[in-house]
Amino acid sequence: MSASTDTKKYWLDSSENVTKLYRGLWVVCLMLVGIDLFLHRHEDFEFATLFGFHAAYGFFACVALVLAAKQLRKLIMRPEDYYDRDSDER
Amino acid sequence: MSGDFPVALILIFGAALVPLFRGVARSAYLLLLPLLAFAYLLTVPLGLHGQIELLGQTLVLMRVDKLSLLFGYIFLLAVLLSVIYALHVDDTMQHVAGLVYAGSAIGAVFAGDLMSLFIYWELTAVSSVLLVWARRGEHSAATGMRYLIAQLLSGMFLLAGAVMHWRATGSLEFGQIGLTNTAGALILIAFGIKSAFPLLHNWLMDAYPEATPTGTVFLSAFTTKLGIYALARGFPGTEELIWIGTLMAAFPIFYAVIENDLRRVLAYSMNNQLGFMVVGIGIGSELAINGAVAHAFADIIFKGLLFMSMGAVLFRTGTIKGSELGGLYKSMPWTTGFCMVGAASISAFPLFSGFVTKSMIMTAAAGEGMLLTWLVLLFASAGVFHHAGIKIPYFAFFSHDSGIRCKEAPRNMLLAMGIAATLCIGIGVFPHKLYALLPYVTDYEPYTASHVVAQLQLLFFSALAFAVLMRTGIYPPELRSVNLDSDWFYRVAGRRMVHTFGLALAITREGLGEGLMARAASFGESIRRQRQPHGLLLRSWPTGNMALWVMVMLLAYLLFYYLGHNGA
Repeated sequence: MSASTDTKKYWLDSSENVTKLYRGLWVVCLMLVGIDLFLHRHEDFEFATLFGFHAAYGFFACVALVLAAKQLRKLIMRPEDYYDRDSDER
Repeated sequence: MSGDFPVALILIFGAALVPLFRGVARSAYLLLLPLLAFAYLLTVPLGLHGQIELLGQTLVLMRVDKLSLLFGYIFLLAVLLSVIYALHVDDTMQHVAGLVYAGSAIGAVFAGDLMSLFIYWELTAVSSVLLVWARRGEHSAATGMRYLIAQLLSGMFLLAGAVMHWRATGSLEFGQIGLTNTAGALILIAFGIKSAFPLLHNWLMDAYPEATPTGTVFLSAFTTKLGIYALARGFPGTEELIWIGTLMAAFPIFYAVIENDLRRVLAYSMNNQLGFMVVGIGIGSELAINGAVAHAFADIIFKGLLFMSMGAVLFRTGTIKGSELGGLYKSMPWTTGFCMVGAASISAFPLFSGFVTKSMIMTAAAGEGMLLTWLVLLFASAGVFHHAGIKIPYFAFFSHDSGIRCKEAPRNMLLAMGIAATLCIGIGVFPHKLYALLPYVTDYEPYTASHVVAQLQLLFFSALAFAVLMRTGIYPPELRSVNLDSDWFYRVAGRRMVHTFGLALAITREGLGEGLMARAASFGESIRRQRQPHGLLLRSWPTGNMALWVMVMLLAYLLFYYLGHNGA
């Protein structure tokens, strides 16, 4: 383990390429939702057959998860040595 | 072959001879043991073997049916992978502890009665703690003790429940138990501790990330899956498990998002996957039970793979904190690739193992019309991709370049990861090979167009959410920190309580002074009187009462010991 000494450039080092990836992800997502126009999905629950249900659920579930977890941090996050301190310092 | 010889003993006795070997001979011997056990298992016919009559009870050391065989196979596979992964380790104690631990977990799986189950149950506890202590730091000593107490507590509940079950039914057979009486409740708590039920879970996140890089791989395979096996055997169709499992699948992912120690993130995601299995067992239909045990099978491989990749990072860089890692794909490309296969599997991408097993549980829940459970599991599916599927590889191998340049993982580690990754894809592509091993015959078909499309939409939009939150800076950064979990109650609050109580006791004793001493003397006299024949203390009591009281006293002792010693 040593500090960065190699000067080799990797494809992901360029922020333009990362942006390309990001846009690519959008394109794939839109295509996946597009399938819903042609495919009638079989589901046990009627509402799950709605256009883009799984897409919307996945997106908003994750945003809600992250926002909630950020709030949770305020409540439960402590310094790394919390349990190593004497009880008076906590 | 008759099958009377317990397969567990091949590993347990075999472990005793490990110190005799050195170098290449040791490696060969370590690899031979699980292969030998597997070869033996293939020759054993279905049925009850190794029956011993003891004190009017029949102990069954080898109950071989489809359920125990499935767990026997996967546990032996896990031993083989863990042994390969740990071949470079010079520490004899870890090899011995790992084999005894794995052997006793296998013994527990084939135990046909509650007494031999209890013995193996305890043996897994005392052997596995050595893998935590093997890190040999001050932290691991305290963590190991907390872990051991939690495991032994589970054993005590099992023993108490087993004795009461025996009194109630007259049999020690370990079959369907159900939650119908106190015995069932005690045994459920015992299994619940091992399977990391909510509020009984914290030993898992506490101890697994503190073990050695190779030790955690061993640990991840056996203890919790033994709990799942025991639940599937004793409590299928117990409705309470549906709610417990639903909660388990959901709450750990919030912790996983903000946790910095990447092996602890994996421990939380393991808890979340166990939730899916517990739901399946709670539903109890053939499809659901199949799904639960199939998912346990797949989970042992992909979770093992993820722990292996993070163990390799820890081994090479000396840290596993998300805040300090990043850009490692440049130094460890193979490990990166294998980790991503594990990540895709746990996230249930089509063509990876999690997809063909988890979907059975989801389908079973939807088929029974369990709307809330289904919605929560769907949320948990999206969440697990978010925190395990993306977060683990992203912060370790990509993200911003931490500047760390290290060597690729050792060859034996890469080999173990390679085999595990191949199996993850193999199960995903050929699911019916796994389905054929399941307890119930099934014609379940995971690859339908609607199912594949729905899953891909769910996952890709979860990924999109991650990317959007990252690029807008909303995603919380990795921070050096600890997050309070239920362990706070015994590491801080409990310690304070014991301290305060002790102080209060000292003050009271001082204040009461001589008056108290006089009373104590007269109390002693009254006890002496009761110790004559027919006195209260010399009367004969039913054995069952005594067993219960001994259990209560041992529990009280354990509790106070725990609170007193484990604040730090």
